Amino acid sequence: MQLFRAVLLRLATTAVTLLGVAIIVFVVIRVVPGNPIAMMLPPGATDADVARLTAQYGFDKSIPHQFLIWAGGVLRGDFGLSITARQPVLDLVLGRLPATLELSVMALVMACLLGGVAALTGTRAREGAGEAAIDVANGMALSIPDFLWGLILVLLFGVLWPLFHISGRVTPSLELPFVTNFYLFESVLRLRFDLWADIVSHMFLPALALAIPLAAIIGQLLKQSLKETMHLDYVTLARTKGYGENHVILREALRNAILPTLTLVGVQFTFLIGGTVIIERLFSYEGLGNMAIDAVINRDLPLIQGIVILFAVIFTAVNLCVDLLYAVLNPRLRHG
Amino acid sequence: MKLNRRTMLKLSAASVGLGTFGLPVLAQQIDELVIAYNVTLPSWDPTVGPSAVNPTIQGIYQSVFDQFILQQPDLKPAPGLLTEWGWNEDYTQVWMTVREGVKWHDGSDFTAEDVAWNLARVANPETGSPIQFVWGTLANHRVEGNKVIADVVQFDPTIFKWMYFLTGYVLPKAYYEKVGAEGFEAAPIGTGPYMVEKFERNAFVRLKANEAYWGGAPEFKTVTIKFVTDAAARVAEVESGNSHVTLEVPYEEYDRLKATLTGVAAPISDIGMIFLNDIEVMTDPNVRKAAAHAIDKQTIIDRLLSGYGVKIDTLETPEYDAYDPSITVEYSPEKSVELLAASGYSVDNPVKFKIQTTKGFKPKDYEMVQAIVGLWRKVGIEAEIEVYEIAKHYELRAADQLAPAAFYNWGNSVGDPTTSTGFAMFGPSPHSVWDGQELIDMIGPLWGEKDEAKRIEGWKAVSRYIADEALVIPLLQYVQPILSAKGVVVTPHASGALLPHLMKRG
Repeated sequence: MQLFRAVLLRLATTAVTLLGVAIIVFVVIRVVPGNPIAMMLPPGATDADVARLTAQYGFDKSIPHQFLIWAGGVLRGDFGLSITARQPVLDLVLGRLPATLELSVMALVMACLLGGVAALTGTRAREGAGEAAIDVANGMALSIPDFLWGLILVLLFGVLWPLFHISGRVTPSLELPFVTNFYLFESVLRLRFDLWADIVSHMFLPALALAIPLAAIIGQLLKQSLKETMHLDYVTLARTKGYGENHVILREALRNAILPTLTLVGVQFTFLIGGTVIIERLFSYEGLGNMAIDAVINRDLPLIQGIVILFAVIFTAVNLCVDLLYAVLNPRLRHG
Repeated sequence: MKLNRRTMLKLSAASVGLGTFGLPVLAQQIDELVIAYNVTLPSWDPTVGPSAVNPTIQGIYQSVFDQFILQQPDLKPAPGLLTEWGWNEDYTQVWMTVREGVKWHDGSDFTAEDVAWNLARVANPETGSPIQFVWGTLANHRVEGNKVIADVVQFDPTIFKWMYFLTGYVLPKAYYEKVGAEGFEAAPIGTGPYMVEKFERNAFVRLKANEAYWGGAPEFKTVTIKFVTDAAARVAEVESGNSHVTLEVPYEEYDRLKATLTGVAAPISDIGMIFLNDIEVMTDPNVRKAAAHAIDKQTIIDRLLSGYGVKIDTLETPEYDAYDPSITVEYSPEKSVELLAASGYSVDNPVKFKIQTTKGFKPKDYEMVQAIVGLWRKVGIEAEIEVYEIAKHYELRAADQLAPAAFYNWGNSVGDPTTSTGFAMFGPSPHSVWDGQELIDMIGPLWGEKDEAKRIEGWKAVSRYIADEALVIPLLQYVQPILSAKGVVVTPHASGALLPHLMKRG
């Protein structure tokens, strides 16, 4: 009951958060310099042309009036038309969302695997040269930002040793039988492993670039938690029962040590989705982030609004899920 | 590493495993031409919306759609869908002869009806054509056999030039009316050299050769244009062999790669310039002239752009119709010092103003302005640099609120003086920031001048006046670097459009 009440409260605060984000974004992108009408005017356009185009896109009304019109549309599921693509914003954004989600999930999985292995190896070899090596590697991974990792990976595995594709999401010449835009998942469901391999080959480098810094954070935190847990009484008890070090780490210590890491992974996942903006650009990956940059460059206000709102929805949804998962895994929270 | 049987087996397994992930194919035998393009294509309708006036994507449009009139690589017009055109004797009508035997990509016949419908459509303000102010100078479009006639509402000497410029494309009347704007976006067809086979927004467009193209079938039967907006990624694309052609790479990278790939760097119609706004100290002709004479354009081109640029002293490049090589502005810091001294300024008492610039929008834009500010400092001009986004430039320029000096690039792919000097310098234009009445009076009569020779001479006189008075500082004509794999010959187009149907094997 307490959990249910907490969920309801979170949903209510989420709605308020989204409204706040919508207002801020709507106002800010209209106040900052860069009038979309001025950008689309050709040389020689007259004042009448400016007025005509301004009215055509609804920018002649006051900002509160524009917001009310837009918010009314959003409540009906209409996010407006993209100025540049001349397509419904919702269709454009939902069309690109699966690509970004797949990339983010793949990056998260890679980060968890890399970070997990680093943490377990570091814990196993604690106080020794192995742990020092892991710490150095973690430090390097953290100190280089994801876009720089992207460039390094492009150079290494795209140019010097061309093992992976460095642009796009899928080879253009392939015929795709998909009905959704979740190419990776659908290729598995359809048992089309030829397509799956091509998609993974395209996603691998951008996902790895996103994953490396996050893996370092996960590795560092999890190792620290594990090391602290290894000194607790129940772990000592397990040792006295004769369990080996691997068993003690994996079966006894890890379950408790993973809780703070889980919270961090949830928070970092939202940052990871934010990181896709630059990485998608670098790898010409057809996701939301790439679209967001084009929208900003072209001052496509309806599209910017749609993308930001969707990002906000994802962020709040992920945080909500993490909180719920944390409550489920932590008995103290579950039982009050 | 010690190589034994087990290690070899492991390496072999790893190689096979990586192979299944689809290794990029190197450009040995090019069946499908892959181009790494520097911008994305937001919309398929080349006649309405912001994309229609975006010069950087015209090359993609021209691959699928034909313009009313063909533009050759040297910017000169040639018969296209229209084979002949002109005005009647008293300039009250225009006439156009339409090419026969042309097919749309769906196999239907292209007719004079299509031409008349297109002209009427973009002349209608409700269509949303950003160039309606030009197309609206014609009305009452009608078809007579294979000729299209229209009444001249307001004489515009450049009307036929717009027919191979922004929004001057011919769309299929029957198909467009059948599928509507949304259907056209989803499945666009034209009469151009390539047909759209597959389009993934923000990712790529795959084109198939139009074997029935009236201008001859393209050499490459399949072309994929990948949208690779990051310059470093484009370099990696061609260097790794993932793409066969790319453009707009940094000049240093171009110089490095042209040894192993094929490189072509030709001047295009874009120019770099500094707008001078007639406010504050810029109302003093001595300051303007001193600023102009203090810039060593050739050294800037050589040092910052690796020599890839052509020094210009007017807003007209050598390919433009009103280019006059006799108009020059010499580099003379001594003259700048004299001019400034006449207005009471010196190195110890410098004249101060702000210069705005973009950073990274055009090659070395910010660095060029930095160099210019350095040269100015030596003669007694202290300029403060303000970096802004290109969107802000447009907004400030439209509102006539640019700083006293502002760096910008101007594109004019038809080469007519109205669309360069005219729009940039005519006071009442929302794109001009110089409002001097004398210049307005000089330009005014040229808008409607019917004698072409007299019109061009008039624009040359305008250019001379602008140079003498230093009302703007033209800097350079840009050079577009294009890299291609060995075996692909690219014909550069002076408009800057990268056209796959002009690419050959060789």
